[in-house]
Amino acid sequence: MLNANDPEETTQSQHVTIRQRLYKWLDVRVGVGSILHEALGEPIPGGARWAYVFGSVLLFLFISQTITGVFLALYYVPSSTSAHTTVAYIVKEVTGGSFLRSLHAYGSSVVVIVLLLHLTQTYLYGAYKGRRELLWISGCVLLALMLAMAFTGYLLPWDQKAYFATTVGTNMASDVPFVGTWLKRFMRGGDEMGTLTVSRFFVAHVFIIPAVLIAFIATHVYLFRKAGAAGPPSEDPVNPQMPTQRFYPRQVVMDTIVALVMILILGSLAHFMPTELGPKANPADTQYVPRPEWYYLPIFQWLKYWRGPYAIIGIIVIPAITAALLVLVPFIDRRLERRPWRRPIAVGVFVLILGGFVAMGLMSVRDDRRDPSIAKQVAKQRQEVEQFMREQFEPEGAATSLSAPVVAVVDPLAAAGKKVYDSESCDACHGENGVGTNAGPKLAGAIAQKSAEELSNLLRHPTAKMIEGEMKPVDVSDDDLKALVAYIKSLK
Amino acid sequence: MSGAEKPTAIRGDVAAAKSVSRRSFLGVLLGFGTVVMGAALSVPLIRFALHPLLTKTTEIGWSDVGKIDEFAALTAPAKRLIRVEQRDAWRKIISEKAVYVLPGKAVRILSPICPHLGCSIPWNEAKQEFICPCHVAVFAMDGTKISGPAPRSMDDLDSKVENGMLKVRYQYFRQLIPTKEPLS
Repeated sequence: MLNANDPEETTQSQHVTIRQRLYKWLDVRVGVGSILHEALGEPIPGGARWAYVFGSVLLFLFISQTITGVFLALYYVPSSTSAHTTVAYIVKEVTGGSFLRSLHAYGSSVVVIVLLLHLTQTYLYGAYKGRRELLWISGCVLLALMLAMAFTGYLLPWDQKAYFATTVGTNMASDVPFVGTWLKRFMRGGDEMGTLTVSRFFVAHVFIIPAVLIAFIATHVYLFRKAGAAGPPSEDPVNPQMPTQRFYPRQVVMDTIVALVMILILGSLAHFMPTELGPKANPADTQYVPRPEWYYLPIFQWLKYWRGPYAIIGIIVIPAITAALLVLVPFIDRRLERRPWRRPIAVGVFVLILGGFVAMGLMSVRDDRRDPSIAKQVAKQRQEVEQFMREQFEPEGAATSLSAPVVAVVDPLAAAGKKVYDSESCDACHGENGVGTNAGPKLAGAIAQKSAEELSNLLRHPTAKMIEGEMKPVDVSDDDLKALVAYIKSLK
Repeated sequence: MSGAEKPTAIRGDVAAAKSVSRRSFLGVLLGFGTVVMGAALSVPLIRFALHPLLTKTTEIGWSDVGKIDEFAALTAPAKRLIRVEQRDAWRKIISEKAVYVLPGKAVRILSPICPHLGCSIPWNEAKQEFICPCHVAVFAMDGTKISGPAPRSMDDLDSKVENGMLKVRYQYFRQLIPTKEPLS
């Protein structure tokens, strides 16, 4: 027995020695020991709890958003001509592109959810009390910055919903007194949404806001460590009395478990229900019903109730007061009492505002479902997105191939077909050169790639779905039909 | 809840000796979980970044060189510019390339790219030879290597005649090897 154990014992002790030596080597040069001690030794009054995981999870999500964002930038071009094509390229062509983009897009929603949980936990636990005003305020700044990240990131794919949601979002800025118009022009880089808007939003989303975010995350963590963990609501926020437990291992394990579960949820969502990309932004579309991302729905609904001269109260005054209340909470609620059941007013106001937000969001969804014209348009938009996702990726044409329509007209049959196209008023619905309008689908591209036989058959005998969309059978001679088909085929 | 918190708090910090093995077990578990998760996540990231290397470039189509009659009476290699349509990631691009149509009955088209280090080789009218300007590789009128550092003769491009039109498929080939190997 003893003999058998002996060699194992020796290897193990040697192993430990090498590890210890490596550790010591690093410690002398880098100071690993004190860094680890500082990072992991944070005392938590009352011990580790699941309620405390949200801060670490947010940090983890921020890192995940940074990594996926950097990778997405590998294929993204921030201009109104290329943004949509490059995102479509990521989604439809690049290996794992749809998955990565979905991780990033869903990630932004998860960040907002966890932010709200973190805020709620901190508020209900009264963890802003006891000389933690600056810690709380830096948290409020982080909330605002994260919402700004969500707002700026939303435009970047430059599809229909991104374009119209941001048009509305930037228009709201013009209600700010005195500087409103200027502010809107500053955000858009002009009066209209355009290529400058994309590059401004890109720079804000990728360089400016992240830089400020990192600074405030560092400040937030530093102030948290300076003030110390607040512990459970029954704990004294200034002079903790409870026995403490260190951050490592129990809290670290809890934080990591939740982070891993988050990633599993995000990964499954991204894999099984990837985020979709809609058709490219079409500023000429007058039918489009824009809807913001879910977390902006309450504000969206709120704005419906404020019209005319009172709009400024709803759009600026009340939100400003709410934001100020949130930021100033530690100065308003100064008692050291932290237990929520002993703070009925503070908790009541919070629940009221939160409940208001939820109610507004639900009402917005309900309104859209009740209005048949909106419900119909939303369903149509949904179909357009699905249709676009089914289409093959279409590369951006080269400058020289822009002369394609000219080439088409050189073919005499196609040129004759163009005359038929115009005289039969096909362009009224399908647009000049088959680019498509609200009334009729685009012919150039996927449709033009169908076989001549299939096209002439469809023109003579439209499907039930086409007839429903007001398409009539084309009544021309066989020769004219042949020419028309040749023209349509030249539009690819 | 808070009643159950106290004993763990003590166990975690005070009774240090007892919790050493538990701590290291948790540490291993934690490290293992994180490493596995990190590795699982880095796979799509790496595949995403390596996409251009993992996918085959699309087949290059045939480009028009000119009417076949134009080349019937050639006495020396004729340089022609062709337009090649290619995919450049999310864009279609049309680029101009030069090729040499050789005189003779059987149509042959040469790539002007030197098989040594990839310089473009001009036709030297006076010497009736192809002479590479970079490292003086010399080739005969039919592209056969005569002297210099080139590892092989000049490369032939696939060609065909369709409806009286001479067409070529433009390709690049690997440099510095004695055999002609297309780069995909």
